Amino acid sequence: MNLKTLVWRELAERPSAMLTSTLTILLGVTALVAIRHVTVFSEREVGQQLQSLGANVLVLPKDATLQDYYSADLTDRTLPESHVSSILLENLAGVERLSPKLCVSAKVANRDVTLTGILPQSEFQAKAAWQSVSLFSNKHEGCKKAACGPKTYDAAPETLASERTIDQLKGNEAIIGADVAEFSGLKPGQTVELFGEKLQVLAVLPRTGTVDDSRVFAHLHTVQRLTNAGEVVNAIEVMGCCEDAAGGLVPKLAELLPDAKVVTISQVVSTQVGVNRLMSQMSLFVLGILVIVGGASVASTISSNVRERRREVGTLMALGATPSLVTRMFLLKAWALGIVGAVGGSVLGLIVAMVLGSQWAGVAVKPLPDLIALAIGAALVITTLAALWPARSAAKLDPCCCFQEV
Amino acid sequence: MFHLQDITKIYRRRQREVVAFKAPSLDIGLGEYVAVVGPSGSGKTTLLSMLGGMLSPDSGKVFFEGESLYDLPIAERTRRRRERIGFVFQTFNLVPYLTALENVQVPLFLHGVSKAEQRDRAVALLEQVGLGNRIEHKPSELSTGQQQRVALARTLANNPRLILADEPTGNLDPDSREAVLSLFDNFVREGRTIVMVTHDPAAAARASRRLCLNDGTLVVCEESPVAKAA
Repeated sequence: MNLKTLVWRELAERPSAMLTSTLTILLGVTALVAIRHVTVFSEREVGQQLQSLGANVLVLPKDATLQDYYSADLTDRTLPESHVSSILLENLAGVERLSPKLCVSAKVANRDVTLTGILPQSEFQAKAAWQSVSLFSNKHEGCKKAACGPKTYDAAPETLASERTIDQLKGNEAIIGADVAEFSGLKPGQTVELFGEKLQVLAVLPRTGTVDDSRVFAHLHTVQRLTNAGEVVNAIEVMGCCEDAAGGLVPKLAELLPDAKVVTISQVVSTQVGVNRLMSQMSLFVLGILVIVGGASVASTISSNVRERRREVGTLMALGATPSLVTRMFLLKAWALGIVGAVGGSVLGLIVAMVLGSQWAGVAVKPLPDLIALAIGAALVITTLAALWPARSAAKLDPCCCFQEV
Repeated sequence: MFHLQDITKIYRRRQREVVAFKAPSLDIGLGEYVAVVGPSGSGKTTLLSMLGGMLSPDSGKVFFEGESLYDLPIAERTRRRRERIGFVFQTFNLVPYLTALENVQVPLFLHGVSKAEQRDRAVALLEQVGLGNRIEHKPSELSTGQQQRVALARTLANNPRLILADEPTGNLDPDSREAVLSLFDNFVREGRTIVMVTHDPAAAARASRRLCLNDGTLVVCEESPVAKAA
């Protein structure tokens, strides 16, 4: 016999007395775990989408839409390339990198591809030196997120797929997407003929599942020359050093380039961001409900248990139970129902999140141990606080009530 | 064992004061078997509660084995009660969801006895009261006489020097009543002390000393306890 046995025997004998409180905790934790899991994975999804989209801010021709840019990837509307220099010279806070692009249709192995002219980062360095400006020296001003600090650019050309920019690319070189490589059989070192000019394949990009797989990237000035487009681009992708800085960049860029349209990529996922925000607020609301309803339910259950067991508590005290042991006895009971509710709620919440996450939010949910531990911890703290007062009142019971007749 | 010095206990209800217990002086020696008789509401339970260290008097002192009981901190009084005093209740006060064995183990667990020793001693005590074959039964599965015997085994678990009994035979059939009183006789024969509150004249007659309580005032019974209790 010990305290745990004493508590467990009573719970096993009369589980229905604790059922309501356990159910309240269970439902609260279920809702909390389910909503937070879906929210976290939905936010990650948004993050991945933003990352896959690349730039934080897009500078487009005035009459182009974001939809034009992402769905067709081609537009005959252009911007002067000089806008790149304008942005560079302005040395705006938060700008990490620039990537001007000119996209045209081309054919490789009799298949339609998108030839995209890009400017390697080495040319920005050269341009900055030539124009006597400090390249992106102001980029971390206004950053609130330390995680968005400076990056080390990998010189490998394959990083173009993930970083959206490349360090080095010569005028006679091309980088091809995975689909293009597959249907044309081209490999690094071979040449690809575009608009009658042979370009050496520098690298094949890893498959990304995006339009980049069917692109051929070449130097911007080569594409401009081959297509007689002049010194123009379709879009300038501006990578902000972090989300905060990117948000502040839009009005500055719009002011700097009044003939261009400046949009943030986050607009693409704005609906999902809104839903995530709502779900975050909802999880706080559920936590509030759990605290109030769950806490009140536990307090009520333990209080009525103390009332029902007055004579039993009196007898235990007559037999030598200390007030602290009586307090612990009722707290242990509260913890037992808190643990059952929290663990059951976590499992149920996880199942709900895994099922509904994919159906409702289109995200694959996996267990987040930290979140589950936090939910269980919160439920235990709530049950402890709620049971503290009735448990202490039990310890203050008059032991003489053991002499009362039934 | 006990020395009560000018004890008064007053209950206050709706601005009215009722003297629940009053005793100018009372000594109960080691090995005494004291029966306290009196009508309902005369203060018998108040006396037991004060002797058990559970109810402090409004005035006066209760000395238990030379120490002023209510000058000790609550934890110390609890320890004294756990180690030296056994209680017997009219309605047995067994924990309903515990088996007979577990009920007897409760005071041992409160005393910090190891699990194995708890079980050995509880089994021995239940065998001593003739319930060796009922150790896994819950109180609801036992007769009232058997329940009181489990309660007695629980009372004896920590080998107390004193038993405070509240109407121990009140709910029992004659056989069970006799078994309880025989156990009390043996307990006193071992040099230990019993203070028993009872309405039962025959039970009171077994005591070596009889005290009468009337309207909260404790006096030595002047007449036959049988007549007084009746």
